[in-house]
Amino acid sequence: MGKAIGDNTEVSSMPTADGRYGIYGGRYVSEVLVAALDELRDAYGRLKSDPGFVAEYERDLKNYVGRESPLYFAERLTQEMGGARILLKREDLNHTGAHKINNCIGQALLAKYMGKPRVIAETGAGQHGVASATVAARFGLKCRVYMGSDDIERQSLNVYRMKLLGAEVVPVTTGSKTLKDALSEAMRDWVANVDDTYYIIGTVAGPHPYPMLVRDFQSVIGKETKKQCLADYHQLPNAIVACVGGGSNAMGIFHPFLEDDEVRLIGVEPAGKGIETGMHAAPLSKGEVGVLHGNKTYLMQDEDGQILPTHSISAGLDYPGVGPEHSWLKDIKRAEYVSIDDKQALHAFRQLNLLEGILPALESAHALAYGAELASKMSKDEIVVINLSGRGDKDIPTMAKIDGISIS
Amino acid sequence: MSRISDRFKQLKAENKKALIPYVVAGDPVPEFTVKVMHEMVRKGADIIELGVPFSEPEAEGAVIQVAHERALTHNVSLRDTIQMVAEFRQSDKNTPVLLMGYINPIEKMGYEEFAKLAKTAGVDASLLVNVPPEEGVELEIALHKQGLDTIYLVAPTTTDARAEYLCGKSRGFTYYVSLKGTTGASTINMGEVEARFNHLKQFTKIPMVVGFGIKDGASAARVAEFADGSVVGSAIVQIFADNKDNPNAIIESVGELVYEMRTAMDLVSVG
Repeated sequence: MGKAIGDNTEVSSMPTADGRYGIYGGRYVSEVLVAALDELRDAYGRLKSDPGFVAEYERDLKNYVGRESPLYFAERLTQEMGGARILLKREDLNHTGAHKINNCIGQALLAKYMGKPRVIAETGAGQHGVASATVAARFGLKCRVYMGSDDIERQSLNVYRMKLLGAEVVPVTTGSKTLKDALSEAMRDWVANVDDTYYIIGTVAGPHPYPMLVRDFQSVIGKETKKQCLADYHQLPNAIVACVGGGSNAMGIFHPFLEDDEVRLIGVEPAGKGIETGMHAAPLSKGEVGVLHGNKTYLMQDEDGQILPTHSISAGLDYPGVGPEHSWLKDIKRAEYVSIDDKQALHAFRQLNLLEGILPALESAHALAYGAELASKMSKDEIVVINLSGRGDKDIPTMAKIDGISIS
Repeated sequence: MSRISDRFKQLKAENKKALIPYVVAGDPVPEFTVKVMHEMVRKGADIIELGVPFSEPEAEGAVIQVAHERALTHNVSLRDTIQMVAEFRQSDKNTPVLLMGYINPIEKMGYEEFAKLAKTAGVDASLLVNVPPEEGVELEIALHKQGLDTIYLVAPTTTDARAEYLCGKSRGFTYYVSLKGTTGASTINMGEVEARFNHLKQFTKIPMVVGFGIKDGASAARVAEFADGSVVGSAIVQIFADNKDNPNAIIESVGELVYEMRTAMDLVSVG
């Protein structure tokens, strides 16, 4: 058997043929999309082990994205915390500055192989939008990105970047004007333009097969981490910590470790202004099972089943749902899910700048905050890997505003 | 026999086609919905499609999205919507009412509870936009146990094999979505719709109606030439948007539009 995208451990036999992870996942979509999802599932099923496709994907990961990304020993942060060795998986060093590109390269290649000349994407922080616009330019595809009008305001730098890349950025003014509304709008576009359009979903959510294929494309993070950790430290990490919005960077780094029971897998959700205030975006910490955007999963909803508005300082985590595989991993207790509030994330953001000279994305700062605390309670011969999923250049305006500094 | 099959049988006997208007429950204010339902029946509606407000109406175009938002400013819930049907039933025992919406409020309420409440209130069927039959197995059992119909959508992208499966799953009628797109999208090519509809007809033993793109008497009449009924959504909901501060004007204008469609459809099917 030749190489294939994703990995094939026993636990990774999920999802089932109908896209289920336990009771989660599935394909809750309008009938118009069923044929397109069948087409995508079949195309991916064929291409994931197609030597030409796999070679092209890996070549671009290496020469375009710049993989593999380092597994960096954060020595001064480790000293400061005084416990386990802290290693940072440097997804922030990827081309376009986050893990999102791993998935976008894969899906743009799918679009190309499937003969779709146009791609659409939704974006929250703008990272997935930038990554989608980037691969669209790279492969000569027409690109439209849907973004909540509130997010457009928070992330003007990325908006301009997408425009430089030739993408059309469409503001979404319905609902809460954030990521969830952008996703709904992208689905509407796809319904209307399904013949010539490929929808690049940015996270491990959405209808089957998206959660599976995004996970597979992102699992390169975990595969490299495992290899690097074994090569450099001759052991597996004792814990892996990653932030969870939709959950793609977390799923990417967790998945190759699912069967290594001795490795704790910890997803960090945004507690926003505090879980108890209700102003958060942490469905796994405090949510209920429901159906949104094509899949069954934990959601933030009210007693009538209406989706609740979310809050997080990081636009990329500001989503009321989460990938269905995370919901399943929570229920079977293979992964733990915790939360970090805005203040704790901001502290970790500053700390990494000062101690390591690394500017993390506010999203990743949630993982850093929890990971560093965790390390402080562990012994020195143990290892905590924190997925540094993106860099924080995009967050400089937000930070400057908090600090009362005017930059133009 | 369900109220829906009875209604189609009766229409057939009269050589008429079904006119099925759609409104969102609670739009623009909750106390208004039952009144407009009765008015639509008076002006010639055969079946009422009542939208259940949802915060993320993924498959709707701008007009109906905003209607959901208007209803939700009054926190109109699935429970409230069912209550409106109960109120409607107090004086109308015959006009079928189907609930159209998204699955999450039903997930939250529970399938059994939903089926029981809906049946008791006099709801006849459910049409869930984001639940293809594969995802609705358990819900369907609960609904059928209460004698409620489940209506599924067939799309222009649906393959023949799947169309046969969907038609076999539908009860009451099958709903053909005339275009790839959201509700209220641009004008449809009626010739294409007719050709596709006539092809799909072989797969269904129950009536098949057309929805999406029907906006006035002329388009409703054109659909009546080949289909068993026409669903009208955005054109009606637009009237709500235009007159949201003056509900009485809505009743009048909605009544006029329904009447215009009824008249145009009857000229075609009877004539």
